[in-house]
Amino acid sequence: MLNTKDILETVHMIDAENLDIRTITMGISLLDCADSSIDLSCRKVYDKVCRLAERLVPVGCEIEKTYGIPIINKRISVTPIALLTAVSGGNPVKYAETLEKISQTVGVNFIGGYSALVHKGFSAGDRELIESIPEALACTSHVCSSVNIGSTKAGINMDAVGMMGKVVRRAAELTKDDNCIGAAKLVVFCNAPEDNPFMAGAFHGIGEPDCEINVGVSGPGVVRHALQKCPDGDLTEVADIIKKTAFKITRMGQLVGTAASEKLGVPFGIVDLSLAPTPAVGDSVAHILEEMGLEICGTHGTTAALALLNDAVKKGGVMASSHVGGLSGAFIPVSEDAGMIAAARSQDLSIEKLEAMTAVCSVGLDMIIIPGDTPASTISAIIADEAAIGMVNSKTTAVRVIPAIGKQPGEELEFGGLLGSGPIMKLHNDRSSEKFIARGGRIPAPMQALKN
Amino acid sequence: MKAVITVIGHDTVGILAKVSTRCAEYNANIIEVTQSVMEDLFAMVMLVDITKITGEFTDLQNALIELGDQIGMKIHVMHEDIFNSMHHI
Repeated sequence: MLNTKDILETVHMIDAENLDIRTITMGISLLDCADSSIDLSCRKVYDKVCRLAERLVPVGCEIEKTYGIPIINKRISVTPIALLTAVSGGNPVKYAETLEKISQTVGVNFIGGYSALVHKGFSAGDRELIESIPEALACTSHVCSSVNIGSTKAGINMDAVGMMGKVVRRAAELTKDDNCIGAAKLVVFCNAPEDNPFMAGAFHGIGEPDCEINVGVSGPGVVRHALQKCPDGDLTEVADIIKKTAFKITRMGQLVGTAASEKLGVPFGIVDLSLAPTPAVGDSVAHILEEMGLEICGTHGTTAALALLNDAVKKGGVMASSHVGGLSGAFIPVSEDAGMIAAARSQDLSIEKLEAMTAVCSVGLDMIIIPGDTPASTISAIIADEAAIGMVNSKTTAVRVIPAIGKQPGEELEFGGLLGSGPIMKLHNDRSSEKFIARGGRIPAPMQALKN
Repeated sequence: MKAVITVIGHDTVGILAKVSTRCAEYNANIIEVTQSVMEDLFAMVMLVDITKITGEFTDLQNALIELGDQIGMKIHVMHEDIFNSMHHI
């Protein structure tokens, strides 16, 4: 029997605490679209994705209405395009243009998978695709790109890391008149998950089925509100409250995922039980950490508070869903989180602290705006540091930094929408990492025993 | 199939009458009604059977949301499964 208190709690979560489903993402394999002619290959991609995703947006809207729960984005992820480029050859940007056309035909918010997996080395199509990323992101608005440059089992491909520093910079340069938005649609991963529904890093891995539905939940506002009711509890109680709240949020994701899968006739993949913030007031992960007792996010204790949060979210969410996957945990994208933006503006949150936080959060250095004169080798070095944390700790880490071309520290970039805005953060730009990055080669995979 | 109607706002005369009249127009059968207070606001929760409603579920939803706008109350109409899945294991 339904309880009035429970019903009102759910309604309040949606109305006042920004509870929503962040995304329903349809993963689609393009392996059967590869053709030795790139034009034919693009046509097959267009036909297949439009056929499978034709009803994605209307079904998403119908579920939204039936359950009264906002579904913010409807997205598509596809097989890494480098695999198609390997067969077809030609200019990979044609695929980006095809994906953009698909996004407009089916009305999705983003389409991810302009990607390459090069953690151990480059195969046919990989270099061409990586080099084309800046142009692909500049000439499209819905396409997202990612490159996996390292893994715990393969080590770190430092040649790819060296390339990616230049690619990130170039992506920002080509879009400098539009807040360098190109770089905001590009993620560099270590240990990239193959079923992630979140952008910009979503792609449909080759171990996945032909088509599936993955769901990403959200809800930092709900967790913070729950903690507000327990201002003096100890951290065991705090962890329990987060677990219970994450359970409820994830149940909703499971319900929406199952409903979408039934209505679309497509298998249900996973729920990504993430706390994904938005720039809206009351939807911040940083504010949860501050609710735990930190004066501001970024001060001493932040890493410990985030570790507790991240772990409790997973523990609560795992039981709520039949299949959990993706990135699952607390995200810390600076420009997408009102509390992080404030802490970065006041310089209480530094890139070094963010790096430490990424060792315990679900992803990595995310949506960080860096000075426009940052050399490509420094960006590569940031990627290498972050990949090392992921590789050694057997977790996913990622870098999404946006060089603010033509701007100086103190100025800000304004992306709008879910991507938010933020100040330029300080780096050690006066100290070079160039020689280290120029060496190239591979950082060997780490020991899996003798863990200290 | 059942839906939950929640009506939240400042208490005034005739809320229950207006909401139930609208439900009757769509042949939605009211099974249970409870009233409560949420953060100083009046909150009414109704469980309705929508198996035999006339028109689509979204028609009933739109009619009630429109009524909410007219009487200055926030009205939600949600499928009961969302509450069952969030609050029951």
